[in-house]
Parts: sequence; C-alpha cells; structure tokens
Amino acid sequence: MGGQSISIGHTIDGHPESRGARSGLLAIFESWIFTVDHKKLGIFYILYGVVFLVVAGIQALLMRIQLFYPYNTFVSPYTFNRLFTMHGTAMVFFVGMPLIFGFANYLVPLMIGARDMAFPRLNAFSFWISAFAGPLLYSSYFAGTGPDAIGSAPDVGWFAYAPLTEHAFSPGHAMDYWTISLLLSGIGSIGAAINILATVFCMRCKGMTLLKIPLLPWVYASSAFIVLVAVSPLTACQAMLMIDRYLGGHFFDTAAGGSAILWAHFFWIFGHPEVYVLILPIFGFASEIIPVFSRKAIFGYPAMVAASVCIAFIGLGVWAHHMFTMGMTSYSNAYFTLATMLVGVPTGIKVFNWLATMWGGKIRFELPMMFSIAFLFQFVVAGLTGIMLSVSAWDWQLHNSYFVVAHFHYVLVGAFVFMTFAALYYWYPKITGRMLNNRIGLWHFWLLLIGFHLTFDTMHIPGLLGMPRNIFTYEADRGWTLMNQIMTVGGFIQAIAVLLFAVNMVYSYFYGKEAGPDPWDAWTLEWSTSSPPPSYNFAVDPEVFSRRPLWDLKHPEDSDSAFE
Amino acid sequence: MATIPMQQSIQEVPWTLPKRGTVAMACLITAESAIFTIFVVAYLYYLGRDTVGPKPSEVLDVPIFYTVCLLSSSFFIWLAERAIDHGKMGAFRLWWSITSLLGLTFLFGTGKEWQKLIVQDQFTIKTNLFGTTYYSLVGLHASHVVVGLILLLLTLVFSLAGAVGPQHAYRVKTLALYWHFVDAVWVVVFTVVYVVGR
Amino acid sequence: MDLLPLNFAAAFIDSHGTSVFSAFSTPGKEINGLAYFVLAISAGVFLVVSVLLIHVITRYRSRPGDNSEPPQVFGSLQVELAWTIIPILIVVVIFLSTARVLFSVQDAPKPPDALDVVVTGHQYWWEFQYPQYGVVTANELHLPLSTAASPRATYMKLTSADVIHSFWVPALTGKTDLIPNRVNEMWVDPQATGLFLGQCTQFCGPEHAKMLLRVYVDTPEQFQQWIAAQQKTQAELNTSASVVTVAAATTTTSDQDAKLGQADFEREACMACHNVSGTMAFGRLGPDLTHLMSRETLGAGIIPNNAQNLKAWIVNPDTFKVGTLMPAMHLSDKENTEITAYLLTLK
Repeated sequence: MGGQSISIGHTIDGHPESRGARSGLLAIFESWIFTVDHKKLGIFYILYGVVFLVVAGIQALLMRIQLFYPYNTFVSPYTFNRLFTMHGTAMVFFVGMPLIFGFANYLVPLMIGARDMAFPRLNAFSFWISAFAGPLLYSSYFAGTGPDAIGSAPDVGWFAYAPLTEHAFSPGHAMDYWTISLLLSGIGSIGAAINILATVFCMRCKGMTLLKIPLLPWVYASSAFIVLVAVSPLTACQAMLMIDRYLGGHFFDTAAGGSAILWAHFFWIFGHPEVYVLILPIFGFASEIIPVFSRKAIFGYPAMVAASVCIAFIGLGVWAHHMFTMGMTSYSNAYFTLATMLVGVPTGIKVFNWLATMWGGKIRFELPMMFSIAFLFQFVVAGLTGIMLSVSAWDWQLHNSYFVVAHFHYVLVGAFVFMTFAALYYWYPKITGRMLNNRIGLWHFWLLLIGFHLTFDTMHIPGLLGMPRNIFTYEADRGWTLMNQIMTVGGFIQAIAVLLFAVNMVYSYFYGKEAGPDPWDAWTLEWSTSSPPPSYNFAVDPEVFSRRPLWDLKHPEDSDSAFE
Repeated sequence: MATIPMQQSIQEVPWTLPKRGTVAMACLITAESAIFTIFVVAYLYYLGRDTVGPKPSEVLDVPIFYTVCLLSSSFFIWLAERAIDHGKMGAFRLWWSITSLLGLTFLFGTGKEWQKLIVQDQFTIKTNLFGTTYYSLVGLHASHVVVGLILLLLTLVFSLAGAVGPQHAYRVKTLALYWHFVDAVWVVVFTVVYVVGR
Repeated sequence: MDLLPLNFAAAFIDSHGTSVFSAFSTPGKEINGLAYFVLAISAGVFLVVSVLLIHVITRYRSRPGDNSEPPQVFGSLQVELAWTIIPILIVVVIFLSTARVLFSVQDAPKPPDALDVVVTGHQYWWEFQYPQYGVVTANELHLPLSTAASPRATYMKLTSADVIHSFWVPALTGKTDLIPNRVNEMWVDPQATGLFLGQCTQFCGPEHAKMLLRVYVDTPEQFQQWIAAQQKTQAELNTSASVVTVAAATTTTSDQDAKLGQADFEREACMACHNVSGTMAFGRLGPDLTHLMSRETLGAGIIPNNAQNLKAWIVNPDTFKVGTLMPAMHLSDKENTEITAYLLTLK
C-alpha cells in the first residue's frame, strides 16, 4: 500500500558523527545541544513537555490525596496552595506550550516541503529560553524561609490575582519567580510564533498555495497569530506587577487607588486566547489523523480554514467570561455571554466536519484513531459545559466551583491530552523509525479513558453541590467526600496509564517494529521521506498539485488535483 | 532513507513567496503593539483617578521639539532606504547618520524631561497612579528607542567600515520598518499622554 | 493540627445543603429556570452528536481484508451552511434567554423597604454591617424571610479590606466578588427560614478554605428580635442583666474572672483589633466581638462557639486556622482564662 519509495542509498546528510572526525558521546551531545535543526528541537520540546506532564501530574496526585477526606492533614494549606499554583502554571506553560511548539517545529516544515523553519537560530533560542523557565520556577521551592517556607514556590493560583500578589500580601520572592519564569517562557513563545508564521507564509514548496497546505500548518498559523496578540498582554501586566512590587508603582495597589479588576482584565485578555493557542493545534492533529484512518479526505477544507481563523479572532474578544462575578455592568456581561457562545459555532463546525469525514469512510481502529474518537466525544461534552458556563447568570453559581475545574480539565485532559497521545502514536514512527507497541498502547488507552471519566465526570457534581476550587480541605457535612474519593482513585488510574505510555516510548525506541517511511498509508509530505527523515528532509524539493500529494501519487487515476 | 521524487511541472509558472524578514518584522510589530496597547489602556483607565499628587497638566510640558526630531527621523531613514536601493552608499550613510542623531536627540529630550520631573517636581513612579502609568508608558517607548538606536548605530558602524552595500538593502529596510514602528508608537503615546491626558 | 468539629450536629438543624439547584430566592430560581433550559438544549445537542458518532464508528468500520478506498467526498456547501446556521440559531435562543435573566436579576429596581447589608471581606473573616440599624457583626449573617405575602429583599453592597474574596451561598443565589477599592452589589430575598451554608469562593490566601459563611434566615419577628439584641451595647445588656444579679447572693468566680478579663482585654492588644460596643475596645482590624456569644461558631464558621474552643483560639488561633492573621498572644494561663470568661459574657 503506497510503497512507491525509491531507495537512494544511505543518507548523505553531513551529520558530524558521519564525518568521522569526532565520534561518540561528545559528538552526539554537540549535535543535539547546539542544534538548530527543527526536528531535534521539536523532539526536545516534546520530551520537555512529557517530563513536566509527569511532574505536574504528581503534584495533582498529591492534591487528590489531600482531598481524599475532609480535614486531611497530608499537606499543609501552604503546601497545597503551592501545589495547585505550580500544577496549573506548569501544565499551561511547561507542558501545553512546549508540546504544541514541539509538534509545530517537527511537522510544519516537513508538511510544507521545506528544509527547516524560517529562522533556525531563533528556533533554538526560543527553545532554550523557554526551557530555562521551567527549572527556574521549580527552583523557587528552595527559596523559602521559615517553617512555613514563606516566599517559596508561588501560592496564589495560576492566575495570580492582584492585590494578593502585591508585596504586602506576598512577601518573599515567590511572585518574582513566577513572573520572571513566565516572562522568559513568553519570550520563547513569541519567538516560536514569529517563526511559525514566517515558515508557513514564506517557506512553502512549489505549487503549495495557502489553500493547498495541510490543515495542520493552517491551525498553527492561527495559533501563532493568537500568541503574538495574547502573550504580549501577559508580559505587559507582569511588567506592571514587577513595577508595583519593586519600583513602588501602583498599577494594582488598591490601597493607593489601583485597580484589582484591571489585573483580571489584562490577565484574561491573555488567559482566554491562551487556551485557543493550546487547542487549535489539537484540532490540527485531528484534521490530519481522522481522514487517514477513515480513508477519506477531510470534509470541508475551506470551512475548516475559515473556522480556525474565526476561532482565533472571536477568541480574542471573550475574555471577561472569567469575570462575570466581578460586578461588570449587565451590558458587559451580556456582550461577553454572546461572544463566548458565538465562538462555539466555528468549534462545532469543526466537530461536524470531522464526523462527516468519518461518514462513508472505512474506519481503522488503530491507536491514533481510538484516541481521536475519545477526543471527539470528550471535546463535545467539554464544549457543552463551556456553553453552560457562558450563560452568565448561571455562571454566578458555577464560577470558581469544581464545575469549572471539571470543564477545563475535560478540555485540557479529555481533548488536549488525548489528542496529543493520538499525535504521539501517529508521528512517533516518523520521528524514531519505529512503531509504538500496540499491546501496551491499548492498556494505556483504556486505563486513561476509565481513569479520566472516573475523575472528571464525577468532578462536575461537587461543583453543583457548592464545592469551591482552590481549597485545601472541606467540611465533612457538605456531602462532597465520596465524590472526592472517586476522583482520587481515577487520578491514580490515569497516572498508571501515563506511566505505561512513558515505558512504551522508551521500550519501542529500542525494540519497536520498524516503521518504514509510510506506516499508516497517509497523504501529506512528511510520509514521503524516510523515518526518521534525513537532516535535510527532502533530497529533491517537492512540488505539489493538490492538498494530498501522496494520494495523487498512489491514486493517479483519482487524483485530488482533478477535484480541488 | 528514501524520498519520493515529485513530478516536474510542465509549465514554469512563477512561484513567489513573501519575504521572511518582512513577515517576521510584521509579527514582531504586532506583538509589540499588543504590549503597548495594554500600557496605553492602563494609562487611560487611571486618568483622573488620582486623589494625591500632581495632575498631568501641572507637571507635563509638551515636548514639541523632540517629537519633531523623532518623527522627522522617519523621513530621513526613508531617504536612507531609497539611497541604498539605488546603490548610493554615501547618501545612505549621510541619511542614516542624521536618523541616528535625531533619535539620540529624542532620548536626550526624554532624559531632560525626566530630570526636571524627578528633581524639580519630586514626581516619580511612586508618587501616584499618574506617576506609575506615565513613567511606565513613556519608559517602555524609550526602551524601544534605545534598542532601535543600538541597531541603527551598529549598522552605521558597519557601514562606515565599508561592510554594508546595496546587497543588504532588504535587511536594512527590514530594520527601518522597526524604526518606523517606534515612531508610530510615539504618535500614539504623545497623543494619549500630552494631548488627551493633559 | 486541626480539631475536628465534633459537635456540629446541633448547628446543622434546618441546613438547606449547598446545592445550586436548591435556590431559595427569586434570583436563584430565575437562574435555575435558565439552567434547566440550557441543560435541556445541551443534552439534546449531546444526544444528536453522540448518536451520530456511535453510528459512524459502527456503520463505517473497515471490514477485514478490504483494502480499497471509499469514494472521496470533499465537502458540501449546503451541509456546511446547515450546521453553521442551526448552531447560530441555538446560540441566539440561549443568549436571549440568558439576557432576560441577566437584566432581570442584575438591574432589578431596589424596593424602598429593602434591607441594606454591607459586606466587607477580610483575610479570613466576613464583616457584616446593617447601616439602617447601626449593627456591626461578623461571620454569621441574619436575613429576614421574604414571602409572597410580605416580600422583604436584602440588598448587599460588597467590598474588601484587603484582597479579592467572593460571597457564595449556593442554596440562596449566585455569587458576587468582594473587590478592594470597589463596591459590588447583589440582592437576595430568602424564601425559606433556617441555616444556609456557604464559603469564600475566590482564593484569598492560605486559609481561604476556612472562610465559611453561615446565613440564618429568620422570620420577620425573629429578625427584629435579633436586630434589637445586636443594637444593645454590652453596658445596656449588663444593666438589664445586673438588675437580676444584684438579687443573687455572692458573685461567682467566673464573674470575677470576667471583670478581670475585661481589664486584660483592654490592657493587652485585644482592643487594638477588636471592637466591643460600649467599652473602650474599638479596634476594627478583627471581627466585632460585641455579641460574640450570640454566634454559633468561631473562626468564620469552622468550630463551635464554646468555652473550650474559645480559650483554645485565644491561646493560639493557629491550632484551628494556621495562617490566620490573629497572632498567638502569649498571655499567661490566668489571663487566658479571664479573657475567656469575659468574652463568654458578651451575649
């Protein structure tokens, strides 16, 4: 199936190790640490994200142990508050962003037939500066003084509302670690975004007009645009916070007339688009994987492009749905309700297009597809609870409760993590040349599915029963205990699943079945080169005539270029 | 270790792509504009909300001369861009030097203004909300002028050493784009701080 | 080390639970009507999509041995329009329903006989003022019942003395944030008597989890009695009480302790933070203690209000609520006993 590969002998790619001048560990170290190759940097980003997934995941488990029964003393309130702050911050900035930038780096040049990203050195700089941010933030754990470790890791929640973060209420350097490490991460993100946009617009191979690029580069272009416009506000308000804390400024100093609500506006102007930054690439993975395993072209390519761009733009105007309880006017509340509901429309269009892609197809239930189907179902549920939360009047009840926590974990775990695993199973063969073990993979999938639903389906209920978020313990008489216990059990099941995946990644690297260039019989340019690709990606610059160049090659009698 | 060779096209249709330098600079400008927008919003939000300390009209003098310097530097850098496009390196160096000089003058003016505010009016970033927002916004702009000037002066040094030629026109023009952005931001900051705010 | 709230059973008679679906007020009920409507629509959408998904993955599985490709379909304008327009219509319907409730609740005109309450959030306790009655209390809020026959709404102004907090009593109505340097407003007309539980819902520091709320909805008569009692200063209460005690024989040890305790209270730093109306203590940094013994709990709802807990709190508040802003006063055991005895007289 699709085996039109012509061997051209061993790669002539000029890796230092093949020159023979230096060999061994030092050469490997050099070629990786000083690399500007988008594939190596992509692998770095992805591994970085997986490592922090485990670290922040362990922090989640510690919280779940503490919440197992009321008035538990497993951790102190100080420790707990640090746990949820670090868990949230790490998951967004050291797991979510690196994973999406990792896949962008690896896949975008390959998919558009380019040799590398537009700015390889900027690429390396962006990775290393944002990579530094994670250890910097975690080193704050050692920065505390006294028995309560005042000034140790930040403990103000990942959204760090003012004036809790001002010097008066947050002495010590915890906030400074948070601010500076996120500033560094932000610089890296903006650099990566500039690179992605320049690559998609300026590095396409011949024949690949913008309406012929695969959907993955399209969603990355949208996502990168949002990064430019949304991460900068975070940088700005963090600079303002530092001015307050160290130069005596009054941006958020309510005692001097400053406004706490201004921080909330600025933060969510960043914070809401940020989640679209994270989810758009996930949509890109779905748009690549679902067609291949349904054996049909993506349904409605132009609509999918339009929907991605719409989500990017509308998503910039919905931020205050995080602030419905802060006393905005009824007109403001109404506007943000409408805008938030409207952004659900292009999102829904995407779901329907994926379903239509599967309709009439011949679905193969390989692991990437299984994770994708779980993603579809879970993303719809998450979107619906999002609509519920956008109903501002009802949000007055639901805001800051475990219902919200359930909603965003449904998106972030149920959609983001599940689809990331789909992408990992799908592209791991391309990256390493070997297939991930199927048997371990099936255990991973089913355990993750069961654990996820056990925890996060249940989580909606305590929210509806009045349980607020960010609490290190709760009263015994509220009726929340049993559900908390179920949630904890689910958490541990998910942990086992993720552990199995980590084992699979390592095991398959050494013992996995050889993949060949095109194990899934797919249609985009990355499958036309070897697995792993040579450092130059393509021996001959590709030229394309349709959206699925390899489909055209494999089915010359039914090529896409005749239709679109 | 195999690549599937793609067919050669039958007809040679010109295949053009945007230039990556321009796209990258446009992206950077977009991101920086977002940062400035937030500081401008904070400035406007806090106008008139002070209960202590001086008001803008009490301490701010409109820096007409220095504004003219900065904005005209955009004209001179445009002349420099035209010169390098036509290979006239002597003219390029002249216009480029004038641009840098005008930028330096602007920075000097900001320094003078701040010296007067801090020493004479005892007005600092801590004084009140206006102090915080004023120094942050004008300071943010000034820091961008500083970065721009460093790049301009480096280019000038290279040019004086004979290392810049017409083949670098594109890169020089990309840098000039940044300088135009810095000037455009000043138009906004000037209007907000010295016109609307006063 | 926290003491488990052992004898809370008595305190929870008539508690209405904390489900958002209970909603014993007009705003709460309007919100719930909207919630059920949105839930129904969401369930409908969920059903449609799930059925489609299940149908697709069963009907269109690839059969073993079949390696042919299915017919390639690239899109359909009509279908795209259909699933764009229908969701937009659904959005319009849900939005209009939401807007109706939004404006109805948030912009409801204030009735002239509404009760005014000012809520100020502190790290980690609630200050309640009734400006119409000159009453200041803490942590336990009393509100009058509102019935169709005699409606009585409570209009609350909310602000904070330090960081952002949020006032949430789910069985009554939705929450509103308490933001420093800003006054927010909300209203509620409780339609059942009894105890309603809630807590702070915006992370405000280490003891955010223990900033609990207890709202007692009284009948109008009970409410007036409570107000009247709260309005009396300690001196007035003592005067009316002492008429009785003068007839008694000798003063007890606890009476003596109480007198010494008042002197201790005013001499040590207690009075700098706490107010006891009618005495020299007029501090406003901590909860008002004028009628401390009229409350069922201490520490913002976390422990029952009795002599043992009271003394333990004074000795070291960290025992119950580590990170609370009241420091351990390091007084002698004699002073602690006396102050406790004094506080026990603050009915």
